Amino acid sequence: MTTTSPSAPGTDTPALAVEGLCVDLTTPSGTVRAVDGVSFSVRRGRTLALLGESGCGKSMTALSVVGLLDPAASVTGGAVRVRGDDTLRMSPAQRRKLAGPVLSIVFQDALTALNPVQPVGRQIGEPFRIHRGLSRRQALEEAIELMTRVGIPEPRQRARSYPHQFSGGMRQRLLIAMAVALAPDVLIADEPTTALDVTVQAQIMRLLRDLQDERDMAVVLITHDLAVVAQRADDVVVMYAGTVVENGPVHDVFDAPRHPYTRGLLDSVPEDSVRGRPLPAVPGSPPELSAVPSGCVFQARCPMVRERCVQERPSLRTTGDGRTAACHFSEELARV
Amino acid sequence: MTREKASTGDTAVPARTARPSWWRMLARDRAAAVGAVVLTVVALVALFGRLFIGDRAQRQDLAASLRPPSLGDGVYGLLGTDVLGRSMVARLIEASATTLSVAVPAVLSSLVIGSALGLWAGYHRGRRESVTLRIADVILSFPSLLIAVVVLYVFSPSALNLVLILAVTRIPVYLRTARAEAAELRSRLFVDAARTFGTAGRMIIYRHILPIALPTLLTVATLDFCFVMLTESSLSFLGIGIQPPDVSWGLMVAQGRQYLQTAWWITVLPGLAIVLTTVSATVLAAWARLATDPAQRWRLTLPKKRRTASAPVPPEMIP
Repeated sequence: MTTTSPSAPGTDTPALAVEGLCVDLTTPSGTVRAVDGVSFSVRRGRTLALLGESGCGKSMTALSVVGLLDPAASVTGGAVRVRGDDTLRMSPAQRRKLAGPVLSIVFQDALTALNPVQPVGRQIGEPFRIHRGLSRRQALEEAIELMTRVGIPEPRQRARSYPHQFSGGMRQRLLIAMAVALAPDVLIADEPTTALDVTVQAQIMRLLRDLQDERDMAVVLITHDLAVVAQRADDVVVMYAGTVVENGPVHDVFDAPRHPYTRGLLDSVPEDSVRGRPLPAVPGSPPELSAVPSGCVFQARCPMVRERCVQERPSLRTTGDGRTAACHFSEELARV
Repeated sequence: MTREKASTGDTAVPARTARPSWWRMLARDRAAAVGAVVLTVVALVALFGRLFIGDRAQRQDLAASLRPPSLGDGVYGLLGTDVLGRSMVARLIEASATTLSVAVPAVLSSLVIGSALGLWAGYHRGRRESVTLRIADVILSFPSLLIAVVVLYVFSPSALNLVLILAVTRIPVYLRTARAEAAELRSRLFVDAARTFGTAGRMIIYRHILPIALPTLLTVATLDFCFVMLTESSLSFLGIGIQPPDVSWGLMVAQGRQYLQTAWWITVLPGLAIVLTTVSATVLAAWARLATDPAQRWRLTLPKKRRTASAPVPPEMIP
């Protein structure tokens, strides 16, 4: 049943490759396309950031990669290749084999992602019991080791505590411990620091980086935090209204954005704004998914919108070394 | 549990990381402790009572008919006698065994079967859920007493048949509760999280959904315990339940009704036994609900005075 890609999984096969992913949502007022032809790939040891504002389809993309989509949503096209094999065409049993040792996810809300009535030691040990068939006691030992690794003080005693007895940062560490338990090739981090304060955020991001270096994982970082992307990611995929609008190495993209939306996002960082003046922001709000315009998805908020943008949707074109952007006028933007 | 307590005693770990022992939590809740004692006594009497009373529950003595409870007639006359002069003490003991041997298996089997089906249906949704629920509806749509009458009339009214029919008619109660719990819990993030590292469906039900649904199901079961005992007594009253000379609490209530004005003890005492047992079970279930909830458990470790509704959250519980 597995579709193997022509090239055998080697060093040059990306750990995770999403190709033209489309996800449809069934709503009372009809079907809307929440994710429209999203493509990206990430190699082991590299970090890819999925950047975009709320509702642009980042999380939906992540959930379809790990196979946790709601029944209301369905993948209608594309492929999710993990080490070359398309997970969307696998049987549930095959997917379960991948889930954990190959592909895992860290959720945003650590409190609800942990079972409230189970001691954390047992929860963190669960992947070991499922995939390695360890006994409860052995799994607990592994869990304690992992808790030590992610920086939980007194792990042996704390393994008996319940999630509500930990602070937010500690809970996020626990969740990360659970996700990296089986040393996956690909780790998806869905806004792992959004619920945390800045100092804890920095600690968590450092922990993620250390674990990534240690285990040579590919990390997909889903976030709307530009600073995190700039510090942490190697490549960035900017999403808007379910589509990829720009893609490329973080430094290049942030230095010289080739899409007006990326430019708008970067301009709205309050760092170099002048006191007393309103903060620059991208005007308006993203289109309703049920009413995405036929031309460019960004036309309603674009400062440089023209006739052509209304009539024709720009395709994702190569704009330079390893970069793509979906704008008719990206060259013009580059000159400004 | 005592092991956990001991291991934290000499380290610097705050006591909250370990679960306080069940005994200590039970001792803190006086009502639950009394309930536990009552249930233990009832269970012991039901198990071993027959060894002591011999055939006194059946031995008739028409000369001693309808004697009121008194202290003068020895142990067996303590609670008076019934219309045939049989000792009420002996009959209550004999009946406890019969009653529990019908009610406990009936409640347990309907709890296990109903919960398992309900959790399975609620977790998987879809066609499995519809089919299971429709079967439950079919069972519910018949008055349970009617099914019991028909079945027990056609087959012989033995204790086993009684257990079976009571179990089958009560399955939908657990099934629907369990399904509702599972349907809600399956969408929780920690169930998704378990799925992301490859936990199979039945393991998710067992490890993540059952522990949360169980306290609710146990509470339903203790209430149902009362219902099953009363149904058994109605069936016995109709003559298709427990057959004399066997005796159950429900049957005693039913038989004593005609003497209610002259000999209240024949009806009231077995009725009291039913009430005491079910109230104890309910109180204990309420305690168990609290004691099995990690976020609520600390309430049972506080001294009585501080455990009121206005009790502040202890500082170490604030994350």
